[in-house]
Amino acid sequence: MESNWYPLAVFFAAVFTNNILLANYLGMCSFLSIAKELKASVGLGMAVTFVMAVTTVLNWMVYTYLLVPFGLEYLRFIVFIIVIAAFVQLVEMIIERVSDGLYAALGIFLPLITVNCAILGTSLFMVIRDYSLIVSFFFGLGSGLGWFLAILAMAGILQKLKKARIPKGLEGAGITLVITGIMALAFMGFAGILMIG
Amino acid sequence: MAKGAVKKTFLKPLGKENPVFVQILGICSTLAVTNKLENTMVMCMGVLFTTSLSGFTLSLVRKFIPARIRMMVETLVIATFVIIVDIALRAYLPDVWRQLGPYVGLIITNCIIMGRAEAFALNNPPGLSLVDGIATGIGYSYVLLIIAFFRELLGTGEIWGYQVLGAWWTNWSIMVMPPGAFFMLAIFIWIVKGKIIQEAADGK
Repeated sequence: MESNWYPLAVFFAAVFTNNILLANYLGMCSFLSIAKELKASVGLGMAVTFVMAVTTVLNWMVYTYLLVPFGLEYLRFIVFIIVIAAFVQLVEMIIERVSDGLYAALGIFLPLITVNCAILGTSLFMVIRDYSLIVSFFFGLGSGLGWFLAILAMAGILQKLKKARIPKGLEGAGITLVITGIMALAFMGFAGILMIG
Repeated sequence: MAKGAVKKTFLKPLGKENPVFVQILGICSTLAVTNKLENTMVMCMGVLFTTSLSGFTLSLVRKFIPARIRMMVETLVIATFVIIVDIALRAYLPDVWRQLGPYVGLIITNCIIMGRAEAFALNNPPGLSLVDGIATGIGYSYVLLIIAFFRELLGTGEIWGYQVLGAWWTNWSIMVMPPGAFFMLAIFIWIVKGKIIQEAADGK
């Protein structure tokens, strides 16, 4: 199992077969509220990918070098969420200083990310599945890109649907969920190529 | 504390302000754990426990929390209760705990709990916040249980692990897989929202 290609396999599995949103249902809240706008979706998608890749690695280090040696694994929820919140805060401050353009594009999305369950979920999956450091990085990156892909596709589809006539009760969240379901069906077509778990 | 206020607080999250199908919050776990009734029940208990007690605790200390760091305080209080749930489940229901996997920990980022803390517990006395928390938990739970009931029934022909549909039933295995969850919730929201729209139209 643990061959040289394993991290890459995890990466592709995280994007396609075990998509964090379509197969694990994580990050739905911001997905449902942001996917209406294509531009915002791109910004949020990039921010999520970046934060996810880095925090998964940070959390892996904290978990392996701090929590496990002291037998404090049960504190991982609190510790992970603090690491994520602190990292997001840090990134926000750095971006604000360094680049106005980037801040305008990503700044408003960063606070949203702290409570995005996909980020915490990725870290928790990493612990449950016992990934090594490198695999964790690829898993975080893949999950982020998978989420990005899903929200981008959804934003595109919703844009096309703007002029469509949708039953009143299904407007908004309802139709988004139906499309997500169809997307999940489509992504199930990838199943069998790669498996992680 | 007036009786009317208690009743109003209690009834709101059950109907007009239901966290799941009106406010569309906490969708992640709604979708993730509803493939089996038993898991769903355990998850609902966990969420009920966390919303009610975190609301109560935050309301007790609400006057001492500086506004700037209130999000952090809220998260920490919620996380504490989630850890209790996690440890209890691990000890008493290890099988369910394993199946729920990361979703127990993800109660922390369940927007319902954070939302109630922010919108209610910080502005209301402890007793009323406790009522609000319990009602929100119930409002969340019954939606999940309904969805789980249909998903388990159609997907495996079972209810709570017992075979109820006979051999003639062909399992719709799609129902227990991710797409089924999305479709089921969409249908549920469609029906309920349709009713609400109808009522509003009739009322005029």
